Formats: sequence, C-alpha cells, structure tokens
Amino acid sequence: MKALKYLLVGFVFGIVLTKSEAVSWYRIYEMFQFQSFHMYGIIGVAVATGLVGIQIIKRKKLKDIKGEIINVPDKEPGSARYWIGGLIFGLGWALAGSCPGPIFILIGAGFWPLIFVLAGALIGTFIYGVIKDKLPH
Amino acid sequence: MEAIFETWPWYVSGFLIGMVMLCLIWFGKTFGMSSNLRSICSIVGAGKYVPFFAFDWKSQKWNLVVILGAMIGGFVAVHYMSSPNNVDINPTTIEQLSTMGIDAPQGKLMPDAIFSAEAMQSPKMVFTLVIGGVLIGFGSRYAGGCTSGHAITGLSNLQLPSLKAVIGFFVGGLIMAHFILPLIF
Repeated sequence: MKALKYLLVGFVFGIVLTKSEAVSWYRIYEMFQFQSFHMYGIIGVAVATGLVGIQIIKRKKLKDIKGEIINVPDKEPGSARYWIGGLIFGLGWALAGSCPGPIFILIGAGFWPLIFVLAGALIGTFIYGVIKDKLPH
Repeated sequence: MEAIFETWPWYVSGFLIGMVMLCLIWFGKTFGMSSNLRSICSIVGAGKYVPFFAFDWKSQKWNLVVILGAMIGGFVAVHYMSSPNNVDINPTTIEQLSTMGIDAPQGKLMPDAIFSAEAMQSPKMVFTLVIGGVLIGFGSRYAGGCTSGHAITGLSNLQLPSLKAVIGFFVGGLIMAHFILPLIF
C-alpha cells in the first residue's frame, strides 16, 4: 500500500509529461529554437505552482504524511559543478531530446531506441562516480 | 472529454507537474528523476568498484516506483490518449527540420529519422543516442540534478545553485540545437 501512492504519482507524472509533449524530441528542439512558448509555459507554471506551494508549506510549517514538519533541503553551495555539469546536461538534453524522466516514460510508451539513451545515461552516471573526486565542485 | 486526447495546454500541464512535486514533498521525499540512474548503477553492482555507488539504494526504492508509474503513464497516454493532431509544432520548425532531413511530427512524439527501428540500423544514429545519454547522465550527476531536481524543485525553492544549473542547461541546449545538431544531421 505504501508503494501504491508513489506508483500513482508517477503514473500521473508520466501521463502529464506525455500529453503535454514535454517528452517529445520535437518540443525540445522547438523550445531551443525559441519557436514556441509551450515548453517555457510548462516550466514557468510548474515553478510558479511549486513556489507558492513551498512558501505555504514553509510559512505554515505544514507536516508531511508521517507528521514531521516538512523541510525542503537546500542545494549545496558551489559554482563549478552547477555551471559545467549543467552545460554538459544541456548538450545531452538537446541532442537526445529528452531528460531523465522522459527517457523512462518513452521506454514505457514503447519507444525502444531510447534504451540506447538510457544505457548512455547509466554509463555517464558511472563515469561521474569514477572521476568525481578529480572534478571541481 | 475530447480535450484529453489533444495536446494538454501548458498551464494545465505546468500546474500538474508542480503538484506532482508538492505531492512528493508532502510524502516526505523530493522530486528528482536523475537520482534513479545512480540507484540503477548501484543495483547492478557498481558499488563493488566505485564508492559513489556503495550506498543504500533500497532507501531510494520509492523513487524507482515513481519511475515505474511514469512508464505505465507514458504507455497509457501514448496508446489510449493520443490524437493525430498531437505535436502541432511551429511550421517554421518543421521547415527547418526538413532541411536537416528530419521528418515532420504528424502526430508522432519522436522523429522517425532518429528514433525508428530503421534509424537504429545506422551505427551513427545509435552512437548519437548513446552519446546524448552519456552527456545527460554525467551532466545531471555532476550538477546534482536534472530538469526535475533543479529547474522545477530548485527554482521553486529559490535555490541559487539551481539557477546556475538551469542557466547551464539552456546554454548547453542552445549550443547543441544551433551549432552541433546541424553538423550531425
């Protein structure tokens, strides 16, 4: 039963990302060409919704389902990792036309060539794990 | 009812994505999809060789269940909620893509030129997808998150590091879309 709520949230996420076409290679390309507002609208409204929600959670000290006061963790301070890592991620995002969530969603939907993207993503994650101590963070 | 088969408007979709994130926060978790890649590396035994993967992936099982749900959602949306009007992108974009030899959507989410079984006969195309994946996996772990963790969660929580990462995402994406993709196709 515990797992069911995660399955359900994931299910909604998969449907929304597919029906909004945020999983579509075309939509990502169109976004990076500034030829549509669609993707910017999605990200903007998602952030605005999240911003309002997190402010309410913090100001009213709302509790999670286990009864503990919700703490949305801060990101570690730093610069190099965010600029460089972000840039590398962006290159892959526009090349494969998908980010980690959509890779899984598209495989689930039956677009099996995304398995190559997933394999690459696992290799990339592994490479980071191997060389992380040598990288500036 | 008809509307669910069409492309969902950005304001509906954005709101629902925001709610998904808030829901996970209410469950006492966070919204971050790329963490699953690290978990999968652990599950297949990478922790034996690299300390970064020697962590308790079982504590992240909930996130793998989220991704499983998302895969089922993708299946349902594509197979039972589609319409030939979908992926109605800008005609200028279609024209631009055709000069690169990439087919128009015509209701499809993904171009056949890159993601069809036929395209997978080409080692160059398979290599392109693998490299795309490597950049996604390496970059997201280096930056400590992807679109969900930084762009949605981090910006919502007014995190400066996330803003840096998101600017990086867009700079990288613009370089790829404007300068590198035309060289590949």
